[in-house]
Amino acid sequence: MQKTQKQKITDFLINNGVIIVMFVLVIYTGLTTKNFLTPNNFLNLLANMSYRLVIALGISGAVITGGCDLSGGRMVGFGACIAGTLLQKQEYGGRFFQEGFLASITPLNPFLVLIIAMLICGCFGAVTGWFIAFLHVPPFISTLAMMEIIYGLGLIYTGATPLGGYVTEYTGFSTGRFLGLSWLIWMAIAMAGITWFIYNMTRHGKYMYAIGGNPQAAEVAGVPVKLTMVLIYAKASAFFAMAGFMLGAKAGGASINTGLSYEMEGIAACALGGVSVTGGRGKVSSAIIGVAVLELLKVALQFLGVDANSQYIAIGIVIFVAISLDIRKYVQKK
Amino acid sequence: MAEYKLELRGVSKSFPGVKALDKVNLAVRPGTVLALMGENGAGKSTLMKCLFGIYHMDEGEIYLDGEKVEIANPDEAAKRGVAMVHQELQPIPARSIGENMYLGRFPVKKYGPIQMIDHATMFAETEKWLKELGLEYNPKALLGSLSIGQMQLVEIAKAVSREAKVIIFDEPTSSLSDNEVDFLFKVMNQLRDRGVSMIYISHKMDEIKRIADDIQVMRDGTYVGTWPAAELTTDQIIAKMVGRELTQIYPEHDHEIGEVILEVENVSSIHAKSFQNCSFNIRRGEILGFGGLVGAQRTELMEGIFGIRHLSSGTIKIHGKEVKITKPKDAMDAGIGMITEDRRGNGIFGCLSIKDNVGISIYNKHLKGGFVLNHPTINKIVDDSIKQLSIKTPSMNQHIENLSGGNQQKVIVSRWLANDPDILIMDEPTRGIDVGAKHEIYEIMEDLAKQGKAIIMISSEMPELLGMADRVYVMCNGKITGQIDQQEDMTQEKVMTFATKF
Repeated sequence: MQKTQKQKITDFLINNGVIIVMFVLVIYTGLTTKNFLTPNNFLNLLANMSYRLVIALGISGAVITGGCDLSGGRMVGFGACIAGTLLQKQEYGGRFFQEGFLASITPLNPFLVLIIAMLICGCFGAVTGWFIAFLHVPPFISTLAMMEIIYGLGLIYTGATPLGGYVTEYTGFSTGRFLGLSWLIWMAIAMAGITWFIYNMTRHGKYMYAIGGNPQAAEVAGVPVKLTMVLIYAKASAFFAMAGFMLGAKAGGASINTGLSYEMEGIAACALGGVSVTGGRGKVSSAIIGVAVLELLKVALQFLGVDANSQYIAIGIVIFVAISLDIRKYVQKK
Repeated sequence: MAEYKLELRGVSKSFPGVKALDKVNLAVRPGTVLALMGENGAGKSTLMKCLFGIYHMDEGEIYLDGEKVEIANPDEAAKRGVAMVHQELQPIPARSIGENMYLGRFPVKKYGPIQMIDHATMFAETEKWLKELGLEYNPKALLGSLSIGQMQLVEIAKAVSREAKVIIFDEPTSSLSDNEVDFLFKVMNQLRDRGVSMIYISHKMDEIKRIADDIQVMRDGTYVGTWPAAELTTDQIIAKMVGRELTQIYPEHDHEIGEVILEVENVSSIHAKSFQNCSFNIRRGEILGFGGLVGAQRTELMEGIFGIRHLSSGTIKIHGKEVKITKPKDAMDAGIGMITEDRRGNGIFGCLSIKDNVGISIYNKHLKGGFVLNHPTINKIVDDSIKQLSIKTPSMNQHIENLSGGNQQKVIVSRWLANDPDILIMDEPTRGIDVGAKHEIYEIMEDLAKQGKAIIMISSEMPELLGMADRVYVMCNGKITGQIDQQEDMTQEKVMTFATKF
């Protein structure tokens, strides 16, 4: 059946609704306010997007397999605290490690610290994944349980004291530039590249999509479903730790409440960008678009003078509308 | 009073590519049991779905008490006194018996503008209706605490409580013990005495002889006839059910049968109601058919061998060596592939491309440096199989859900061929696909047999079973009840006799 011109336009609008909304918003804000379309504002926006993208990329694996990861925000805070305690200046008065072995060897190399934080959080993520894969605890519940555990561990570890006094090598991730972009932005770009590689070029990625598309069929096709699930949640938590590291560098400090509820933004961003919450669909570009839309929306509303409280309402409405349009694409095909 | 309580006249129903019902009639006299019989796919369930308005019939009329009625949905049917006890029950096990009986029509008490559910009345009424049928269950007990058979009786009580004048039983005894069947029949006799008309769908000949007043036979979506039950012998019923010529064309058997490669001995399911003590073997280059009625546990047996289901005992030997299979991956490593019956449920990945659907089982075999997918090689394999099996698609990146059933099936076949198994299990390989595609699947099967692969084919379509298989096992009720080794011995009547050997 030949589609009429009108239908084609409607289809186009529905299929690209999110991106169109974003463009309209950017153009409108750019035309009506000063300082919106400036390089500085743009760089700031990218920096804010950087760690959010890493979180969204981490969560995307869980969402593609039809789950979610509620421990994300707390895991970010935990990662930020691990990194913070290991990267304080020797001469900083409020140092976390005052004496003992760790006091003598810190600050460590920031790259080493990043890897340590990712490994520790990754192990906790593997535990979550183990409960999901082997004991069939729904992701919603098992990640909720891990969220509580990680928060408790973080409180015990830091004694609930905020951290600061970071070495300049660490804060340099945020302030230092390469080709005009801060290192945080480069890290996010690298993570997007790595995630793309995993999703498209490794069997792990293919298994992930298969499990999300039809778990029973995946089992029948010989996919190691359980191992894949464990890896997905371990990987997600390692990503959260990296986001925590980045947030600490950007803020120049951290506390156990760093990153609180960022997992919700991550899930919303995935859904906005077109990662199907029922599983099986979603690309790296989806996460990027989702994060970009959410951040642009926040900044644009700010520039347009919408007060901070009303911004939440606007974001909620955008999520409602965008997801409804997105779901339509798939529902109509039946 | 009209001669018939319920009458269907000239009901036709087409699905894309199939005429499921062709001018079928049905008539039940008041206070009698009509047995509705026919092979799998004869159109019994479709006819019932048309009666209940679940399917919209293309043509045909429904008469209740001689009066023409229109029934748009099951609820309307219930209001007119027509109820159904399903083969697979759809109750809510986590709620009480009373709530299940009155779901959707809870008695209410009104306090001004506020309506509240009248639990006291609901439970009292439930108890009353249960007592009517001689059931002594506590109406407050959870439905889930009852056995399947008891749940079925509750379902009947529900129908009676709605003052149903016509009750349809769709294979009610498939999961009942002998005692429960006896009790069910007692209840049915009671209902008959009260003037309720019943339609009883079952394959079990002995039950039919015990309970039915009349027998109606359907075949291939057409009405064969109705006879008083006393006038027909079991053999006559079978003959009327299968009485048709093999009309479809199957490829010539031109493959050489070699040595035994798979031996299955005494395997039993962990569930007592599923397959028990099944033994069979298959040779290289052989097409082995598994016949039987729906529910004979053929799928379960094969899924047990493939590691989708668990076995409690028994051995599986491949090339004379015992193999341990606890998950599909083990079976694949042992050289077995399986095309499952439920293509949507556990076959295809609907939202993924053809490439991913084929590649999923071989991604771990084509890696560069043990890590990175070798896309060029995989693309070539997928491309070759698209050509070889002539899968109709613009590209391998097309989502599989956009293909026809036949092409989807060919994609699944490609998935397993890419894995190069010695033994390929095909469960209802041609279900839900059109005649042309069926023929192609048969040719592929013949081709594979020629290459020396052993093929196990489960089929509920008698002509397909007899037309394709070199040898046939027949199952009934979880047991292998018969084996037909010689092509010339394979007759539909023989298979049917084994298939109904409960």
